Amino acid sequence: MTIPQHDWSADVFAAMAKRKITTVCTVPDGGLTRLLNLVKADLGCRLVTLTTEPEGIGIATGCWLGGVRAMVAMQSSGVGNCINAAGYPLTLRAPLLCLVTMRGQWGEFNPWQNPMGGATRAVLEAMQVRCFQVERADEVGETFAAAADLAFQGRQSAAVLVSQRVIGAKGFGQE
Amino acid sequence: MNESTSDLANPTSNRMQRRPFIAELMRRREGTLVVPGLGSATWDLAASGDSPDFLYSWGGMGLAVPTALGLALAQPARRVLALTGDGEMLMGIGSLGVVAAQAPANLAILVLDNESFGETGRQAGLTAGRTDLEAVARGFGILRTMIALDPGDIAPLADLLFKAPGPVFAVAKIALSSDPWVLPEKDGATIANRFRAAIGAAAK
Repeated sequence: MTIPQHDWSADVFAAMAKRKITTVCTVPDGGLTRLLNLVKADLGCRLVTLTTEPEGIGIATGCWLGGVRAMVAMQSSGVGNCINAAGYPLTLRAPLLCLVTMRGQWGEFNPWQNPMGGATRAVLEAMQVRCFQVERADEVGETFAAAADLAFQGRQSAAVLVSQRVIGAKGFGQE
Repeated sequence: MNESTSDLANPTSNRMQRRPFIAELMRRREGTLVVPGLGSATWDLAASGDSPDFLYSWGGMGLAVPTALGLALAQPARRVLALTGDGEMLMGIGSLGVVAAQAPANLAILVLDNESFGETGRQAGLTAGRTDLEAVARGFGILRTMIALDPGDIAPLADLLFKAPGPVFAVAKIALSSDPWVLPEKDGATIANRFRAAIGAAAK
């Protein structure tokens, strides 16, 4: 049975609008689909599709240097690609805001996702990125807002980790 | 036969010297904001004369073009130049596809190509062999490109980098040289704050 779920993507999009976060850099993930579609459909927003996630950290840093707020949205496996790049905004004292949808964490079917899923938070914290883990759909929006304020008001690095419990595990019909 | 090895055996002394080349190019930049890659590109820029328009970099290999792209998108009325080396460009090579897709008219990219990892002991880079950066850029969809081979190319190169509708991409083949270090500010917060204040973004 499918339980109707709270629309956390709409909450995040509203929190973005309130804070003038207009640019989203992404390597897409299934869990991000609705949010990315909202961004793409908004003429005041820019969706920047990347080849690899660290590009998004450079682009978001460049946007901030130019007076525009941007964020990076990615799957947890992309966090591993970003380790060295995460030091870049840190050294420049530039903000970094990441929205991470988790894989390899809760009911994962694909074992190839598990190593990075288990290490995502440790990797981010090792690079001084403050992590906000969310387990409930109705708490994603307010958590995102808090992380965004920490990042942009404090010129710090923050990441919101949206649990696979919220996203739902992909079973490839083999559950 | 190993072609890349035979290429390396050829002296490159007839190629452009990076310091006077960059100094001459910067004289023509007309307010362009410059995002240099880490290492030699940053030292070259500092040697050409200090400016708050320069976002000096001591790290973040592969992020020069992404940073310049973000800046160009945020500041569409300002020209932005990513100035970097062949190794730094290759580490972030996919970003050329992102540049092509976003297509900012105010963004230019110049790769200083000495076909070597000059900072780390002059090890041969991929452009010493079969890799053609201009072809890569074109393949990603950046169609206004150029290769500069000698000082006579500086005028058309400056026109491309500072005036032509972007995004534009150029490679300058330069000598593998030993230049004195000219080290600018290295505190990131100081560099970022000065840069943001100079372009009027500090309040945002």
